[in-house]
Amino acid sequence: MSISFNNALGIHEQALNLRVKRAEVLANNLANADTPGFKARDLDFKAALNNSLSQSGSAGSMAMAQTNSKHLSTSNDASESLLYRNPTQPSIDGNTVDTQQETAAYMKNAMDYQASFQFLNSKFKGLTSAIRGD
Amino acid sequence: MSLNRIFDIAGSAMSAQSMRLNTTASNIANADTASSSTDEVYRARKPVFASIQQSVMATGFNTAFTDMPESQGVEVKGIVESDAPLNMRYQPDHPMANGDGYVMYPNVNVVEEMTDMLSASRSFQTNVDVMDAAKTMMQRILTLGQ
Repeated sequence: MSISFNNALGIHEQALNLRVKRAEVLANNLANADTPGFKARDLDFKAALNNSLSQSGSAGSMAMAQTNSKHLSTSNDASESLLYRNPTQPSIDGNTVDTQQETAAYMKNAMDYQASFQFLNSKFKGLTSAIRGD
Repeated sequence: MSLNRIFDIAGSAMSAQSMRLNTTASNIANADTASSSTDEVYRARKPVFASIQQSVMATGFNTAFTDMPESQGVEVKGIVESDAPLNMRYQPDHPMANGDGYVMYPNVNVVEEMTDMLSASRSFQTNVDVMDAAKTMMQRILTLGQ
């Protein structure tokens, strides 16, 4: 019996990566809170996770097979599920960043990251104790 | 793991906001500097913010065609001088008065500058918080498997 990291770690590795990606997008929104014309963006987390799972080939793979090295990759990366936020209070200069909303989303994302991390860490701990056999 | 990019993004925002705070300080400091000609008078300075667009090469093949490349932080494009009308006061006794007895004062609106200052310091603070949270996330990842 062989242990592959894909099976052992499950969904949490992808989830953690996407949490980092989403943190980046939200941090960018907050950074551009005073930039005229900037449109706030966010990641459709569920869609992005499904994409990245189908990419890794673990669940219902929709990825196209590359039978030749010259084939272009059709990978769906996370930026394809990058959407625009519906503004609640649009400002005159066209900026749609709501700092309070973005801060809340950023903090929540950081908490979810901690959760994913906790899961991943316990998986590793499980593997370690299985190897040690105690 | 690209948590490093969050530091770049928040850092660019912090430097942009401190630039805004600098121009505000300069405007308020010069709010009452008198001058005798329209050429020499101080004009309110405002930074122009723009988001940093990633190059197409960095975003990869897919995003280049489907969407606008996502931005990575904010930059100051330049500093422009305000076109608002100058503040002219009739003060014939003033040493800087021109031939008609008028003294030129800068077109600095102190109320507007105070608002700008508060907004800049708030935004700066927000970005410090973003960086702090990213730091915590990064420190956690270093303890993976321990």
